[in-house]
Amino acid sequence: MTAPFSWIRPEPWGIHIAPADVWVDPARAVPRALVTHGHADHARGGHGETIATPATLAIMKLRYATSAGAQPAAYGEEVALGGGVTATLLPAGHVLGSAQILLEHAGERVIITGDYKRAPDPTCTPFAVTPCDIFITEATFGLPVFTHPPIGEEIGKLLAARAANPDSAVLVGAYALGKAQRVIAELRAAGHSDTIWLHGAMEKMCRLYEEHGVALGDLKLVSDAGKADLAGAIVIAPPAALNDRWSRRLPNPITAMASGWMRVRGRARQRGVELPLVISDHADWNELTQTIAEVNPAETWITHGREEALLRWCELSQRRARALALVGYEDEDD
Amino acid sequence: MEEFAALLDALVYTTSRNRKLALIADYLRTAPDPCRGWAMAALTESLDFAAVKSSTIKALMMERVDPLLWQLSRDFVGDTAETASLLWPEPETQAPQPPLTLSEVVERLSALTRASAPKELPALLDRLDVKGRFALIKLATGGMRIGVSARLAKTGFALAFGVAVEEVEEYWHALQPPYPELFAWAAGGPAPDLAGKARFRPFMLAHPLEDGEVDLKDYAAEWKWDGIRVQLVRAGEETRVYSRSGDDISATFPELLDKLPFDAVLDGELLVRGCAQGGEAGGAASFNALQQRLGRKTVSAKMLREYPAFVRLYDVLLAEGRDWRESPWELRRATLESLMARLPASHFDLSQIVEAEDFAHLAAIRETARDEAIEGLMLKHRMSPYVAGRKAALWYKWKRDPLLIDCVLMYAQRGSGKRSSFYSDYTFGCWSGEPEAGGELLPVGKAYSGFTDAELKQLDRHVRQHTVARFGPVREVERRLVFEVAFDSVHTSKRHKSGLAMRFPRIHRIRWDKPAHEADRIENLRALIRD
Repeated sequence: MTAPFSWIRPEPWGIHIAPADVWVDPARAVPRALVTHGHADHARGGHGETIATPATLAIMKLRYATSAGAQPAAYGEEVALGGGVTATLLPAGHVLGSAQILLEHAGERVIITGDYKRAPDPTCTPFAVTPCDIFITEATFGLPVFTHPPIGEEIGKLLAARAANPDSAVLVGAYALGKAQRVIAELRAAGHSDTIWLHGAMEKMCRLYEEHGVALGDLKLVSDAGKADLAGAIVIAPPAALNDRWSRRLPNPITAMASGWMRVRGRARQRGVELPLVISDHADWNELTQTIAEVNPAETWITHGREEALLRWCELSQRRARALALVGYEDEDD
Repeated sequence: MEEFAALLDALVYTTSRNRKLALIADYLRTAPDPCRGWAMAALTESLDFAAVKSSTIKALMMERVDPLLWQLSRDFVGDTAETASLLWPEPETQAPQPPLTLSEVVERLSALTRASAPKELPALLDRLDVKGRFALIKLATGGMRIGVSARLAKTGFALAFGVAVEEVEEYWHALQPPYPELFAWAAGGPAPDLAGKARFRPFMLAHPLEDGEVDLKDYAAEWKWDGIRVQLVRAGEETRVYSRSGDDISATFPELLDKLPFDAVLDGELLVRGCAQGGEAGGAASFNALQQRLGRKTVSAKMLREYPAFVRLYDVLLAEGRDWRESPWELRRATLESLMARLPASHFDLSQIVEAEDFAHLAAIRETARDEAIEGLMLKHRMSPYVAGRKAALWYKWKRDPLLIDCVLMYAQRGSGKRSSFYSDYTFGCWSGEPEAGGELLPVGKAYSGFTDAELKQLDRHVRQHTVARFGPVREVERRLVFEVAFDSVHTSKRHKSGLAMRFPRIHRIRWDKPAHEADRIENLRALIRD
């Protein structure tokens, strides 16, 4: 008889499922990987075999131009990994295709959330609360100062800034996978039907989203625009382009950024952001704590982010918890 | 309060000076009296609510938030007011109340005592949203730190009403918040009546002399003494001492208040007696000694005895019933010299002109300046009028080159505000003896400037990769990175284990190439003391 949960081992570069020799979101190339979602810090190229949702695999194919060893698994489909371990991918509500991974072995259930959120998002399937023994959660915004307001308020600010500055382009920095498409979809939902202009790095991912049934309306590339087209326009670019020479082509740009970090003034000022939009694809503090309470696991493991504070919350609410020291996850732009 | 909170919020995120001015001007044009006057007082940091300290806010939060969660949040956010505004629990049930106005808030804050503050503040905070709470706490604790200087606020005022900022500054320090006379004047009313008031006049300032030379036929040279610049004003029975920013520091230097025997406005350097900085009627001590006297609201007899203050005069603005500011420097200087006989030598002397044959000779004289603990030289155009602010080519300051020493990075701390996610404050040390023979590093100073943004990123990465221990926001790092540190002077100090304290240390160069054991010894630094 082996010790409980000895089959799942957190290592510095990922979580290892020993009986099946499968790694979850490994930070380096391995023979077999389970990948929660397509962001580069979770989905790295070069694995022998990759088990993920079809949308995540499509995103990885787009990013790494290879699909060798792709093993698609639909949400809710049980996959036998070998060694008596099964995996089931469950929606995480983070970005298109994002999944939590439910692992079962000898009657023991472990969920790895990957990145997730609970707020509604028209571009992906909502998070499914699922009971388990060990809940391995992210903690990117694991500080009580992080509360993400309803997205409608932030989209309202963006539209108000645009209306108040007809001679300016409102330049929105948004992560190219997920955030950009969510901001566009929410703008459409708020009735904004004008052309939205894109930085070149956004184009393919937006097209992929549309192929997966997410309507984004009229999108054009900034490189195809005349300067007159961009006055009074909303332009979406990756955060790195905000203060780059690229943005000089825009008329009197107002720099906005869609990110959970915008909750803190210092973070916005660091990037020279004039219009901070608190829009995040991660769970905020209330979602993190509420989710732990709803899932109500015997034990919570905290992977990446501000694990100290979430650990403290677990202690105060008398829940067993531990922090895992995993490397390589960075969510600076999210 | 909502409009004021929105103004603060917008100012925080605006980097362009012109947009900041436009925001302030728009607010001042539209906000009602007396709220806009209180807003000006807040932006110029002219308000002081003694009953509310940062610690008062922290204590309120400790009753509402777990101490560790507070600490972690505060460390991340980098600002107590902002952290508290975010973590303040929203009241569960709220009886509808009219929105708070800024003047109502100021009134209620003014009435607080240390005893009543912990009860009254929560009631105010409960009536505000996140932005409003941030504004309230900033207002109550002072120190806005939102990237707006008093000067910028006054310029915004001038822009709002189409008046000259120099005039605003002249009236400013004689008036009290919420400045009804100033708003009346700006709206076309009569100028404020300031007759008989010992009011502040804006200082004339100097540009740094970067490269190049000036002709000594046109410019006179003076030592730039290492004290604090003051303006001494007497009008009738009233005498006041103002600092460079126009703050009234009379209470800190009471011994000067009965020494000016006639009505005048004089410009000079405030120093304390000692032997480090030359002068004719006895010398002045180093800046270190003067620091004992700064920032005190009351002064003990012992302080007055041990660190007696005097003023070394540079210029005269008003005297003999006449405004001399339009007159050329030469004439003002002659006037000042003629006044000296009527001023008590115990509390006044004259900043002497440095005579030199030519610019090269002057440069050679400047080289010797360090031994006298002087900051450098001032070069003043002989025909320059006394004008407010920095005007090109009239006055120059020609600081001596800094001292340099090689130190080893020991600790790094996360910065505040814009730098709150970066390890940007560095503590460094020198060796107590030969590192091979058991010498250890002792901290000698702390610096947070002198590097570029790109270097800051490199340093931040270095700190994260070479951390050996963590203490809250501070990380101890492996002793391997050498900084060439520039500083103005070094003094003995009981506060540091090394027994030394540097004045204005900054990172001059990052010596990625230099091995730590080649950094300087403590005795090399000690040899530079000129106390």
